[in-house]
Amino acid sequence: MANALDPHAAIATTATGLADGRLRTADGKPLARALARSQSRARRRAFLLVLPLLAFILITFVVPIGQMLQRSFYNDGFSAHMPALGQWFDENPRGTDPDEAAWTALATDLEAAAEARTIGIVGTRINYDVPGTRSLFTSTGRQVRRGIEPPYREALLEIDEGWAEPRLWSAMRNASTPLTGNFYLAAVDRTRADDGSVVQVEERQRVYVMLFMRTFWLSLVITVITFALGFPIAHLLATLPMRKSNLLMILVLLPFWTSLLVRTTSWMVLLQQQGVINDILVWLGVIGGGQRLQMIYNQTGTIIAMTHILLPFMILPLYSVMRTINPSYVRAARSLGATSWTAFRRIYFPQTLPGLGAGALLVFILAVGYYITPALVGGSSGQLISNMIAMHMTDTLNWSMAAALAALLLGAVLLLYWVYDRMVGIDNLKLG
Amino acid sequence: MKKMLALSTALGMIATPVLADLNVLSWGGAYGNSHLEAYAKPFEAETGIKVTMSDADNPATPIKAMVEAGNVSVDVASVEYADAVRLCDEGLLEEIDPAILVTAEDGTPAAEDFIEGAVTECFVATDVYSMVLAYDASKFPDAKPSTPADFFDLERFPGKRTMRKGAKFNLELALMADGVPAAEVYEVLSTPEGVDRAFAKLETIKDDVIWWEAGAQPPQLLADGEVTMAYAFNGRIFNAAQGEGKPFEIIWDGQIYEMEGWVIPKGAQNLEEAKQFVAWTTSPAPQARAAEFISYGPPRQSAAAMVGNIEGMDQPMAPNLPTTEANMTNALGSDLDFWVDRDAELNERFNSWLAS
Repeated sequence: MANALDPHAAIATTATGLADGRLRTADGKPLARALARSQSRARRRAFLLVLPLLAFILITFVVPIGQMLQRSFYNDGFSAHMPALGQWFDENPRGTDPDEAAWTALATDLEAAAEARTIGIVGTRINYDVPGTRSLFTSTGRQVRRGIEPPYREALLEIDEGWAEPRLWSAMRNASTPLTGNFYLAAVDRTRADDGSVVQVEERQRVYVMLFMRTFWLSLVITVITFALGFPIAHLLATLPMRKSNLLMILVLLPFWTSLLVRTTSWMVLLQQQGVINDILVWLGVIGGGQRLQMIYNQTGTIIAMTHILLPFMILPLYSVMRTINPSYVRAARSLGATSWTAFRRIYFPQTLPGLGAGALLVFILAVGYYITPALVGGSSGQLISNMIAMHMTDTLNWSMAAALAALLLGAVLLLYWVYDRMVGIDNLKLG
Repeated sequence: MKKMLALSTALGMIATPVLADLNVLSWGGAYGNSHLEAYAKPFEAETGIKVTMSDADNPATPIKAMVEAGNVSVDVASVEYADAVRLCDEGLLEEIDPAILVTAEDGTPAAEDFIEGAVTECFVATDVYSMVLAYDASKFPDAKPSTPADFFDLERFPGKRTMRKGAKFNLELALMADGVPAAEVYEVLSTPEGVDRAFAKLETIKDDVIWWEAGAQPPQLLADGEVTMAYAFNGRIFNAAQGEGKPFEIIWDGQIYEMEGWVIPKGAQNLEEAKQFVAWTTSPAPQARAAEFISYGPPRQSAAAMVGNIEGMDQPMAPNLPTTEANMTNALGSDLDFWVDRDAELNERFNSWLAS
């Protein structure tokens, strides 16, 4: 018996009376298989326990976001309601002048869409590509419902000359397939020329690329400032005696628990030109009454308010890491002759990196998506890309455009996350 | 509970064949209250049809959901003009025959009595609100600003301005300040040169503008002394001036008005009563009564003269209404089709301009 010295093996083999050298349980099954089975049962049970959470995340997070992102490249507002014209586009290559068959298809589709009251949807879709055409569709629809006679070309042109526009036909051709990259093009200030090539939009219409750059730049600035302000505080919190550090901790957490809007509006009261800070400066005689500082409704206001709001997200991970750093390491370094700066730089600081990485990543990602604070205190120079997403969601109702912008933002954040992982390693992240 | 309620209502209806309840969806707040006091209560007293009022953040949203789900529990709803047109285009509303509307007391047909655009296929306006210029009277002791051009005149009327962050209203105002008569504003704005002209005019005060996002901001900015002049919704300025006694004055010259009104969702269960309600509440007397509760004007000319004092006060409401004749001399009706078509394009340009 090979395993005679193993007491468990002895028991198992003795009990089952088999001696092929494999470990068995009391009822004769191979031990390895029994173990695997019981482990898989435990895994199944554990999976069942997390199943509600998984379903919750899937239903409330993954599916809606997926559907929203789908809108950025899939919009069937035109193709679903204009089938005849779509077929004509399929049969005739780009560049074909619309013949009578095309006009007939257009008139048939318009009539059907007007009856079904879907013409508003069709017009909205084309309006994204050719501004000013939604009313062309709806007003034509109203007239077509009263009846339209062939020849359709003349009839439609009589209702509105705009139907002859080559740009409109080109846009309708593009929209006749629900899959489109146009929203992504628009999100990087590009558009399709009449011949289908990609060109930059007019200079005065360009806004998104600049806002993306500004969003990332401001987020970076805010991350650096929160680090500069948060690091000493976190260090103080971690090294003070418990009673004092608890009191300080409350001071950090209290604003954290206060509503975002309350904090933003408090900054407005403090920073505005007739506000508290300017009043004090004037009272102290630092500045004259006529030179009150403009500290809000611009980029400065956005940076100040967002830094304050995001500061706890930097302090808390740093604090939780610093608390676990053994002070004897620094003491050892000092006793071996390191200056306090060297000891900090080479011994203490590297140990805070997991907290710093987590804090910086949290602050940066939150800052990239912020929109209420910049909307309220940002003025004209403190707008971020999320304000444009909000505008497309709530004002212009162009959800495809909002989805394209959001997808680009999400992609950029994921890219940064990947870079971070390659450079620092995500295992080195400590959130608390 | 809901089932029980439905069951007991059903039983009640079998037992006593009274007139059905009419469900009206409104906005709540001071505005919803004006609907309750001036429309629902008197209508109930007059016709015996019981009216149940409920509120939504924006009644247009539940209408879309209800009609698409085929379960329409609302008979009449109060929506903004833009939403009414959109819902109508998507086939979610009943058409309202303008023939049911009540003629004015002097015999003017309803079609002529309503201001232009107040009655569409699916919509009858109940009130008019507007974007107006307002200033803090204490900041200009001598000459008072009185026109859109004064708003752009930083030398005669110094101080910061506040305007809504967006293209709508601002482009129209800029053109009017640049000397375009109200009637021609949208004609000019439809041309590329007109848009350039509007932006050029805005450029002259760009550095002195604080852009507001929420309707509550402009009265606050005026009250704080951050700005001396504001471009804001008239109701907000009126509330701050009346309710809080602030020295705010409204400039009606160049006001841009929009409408709100009734729509009937497609498949409303009490269609006849709903139409009766729409016709009765848009007759001149109830319209005038509603205007006493909130500073939104009646869209019927004959109702304007009938508006009395501000509810609970000893002052006439008329001078505070966008629709009062003296306030309408250089007024512009917001062009919905124009904005539906050009909103995205002009807002992109506006934001690009703002950021540069």
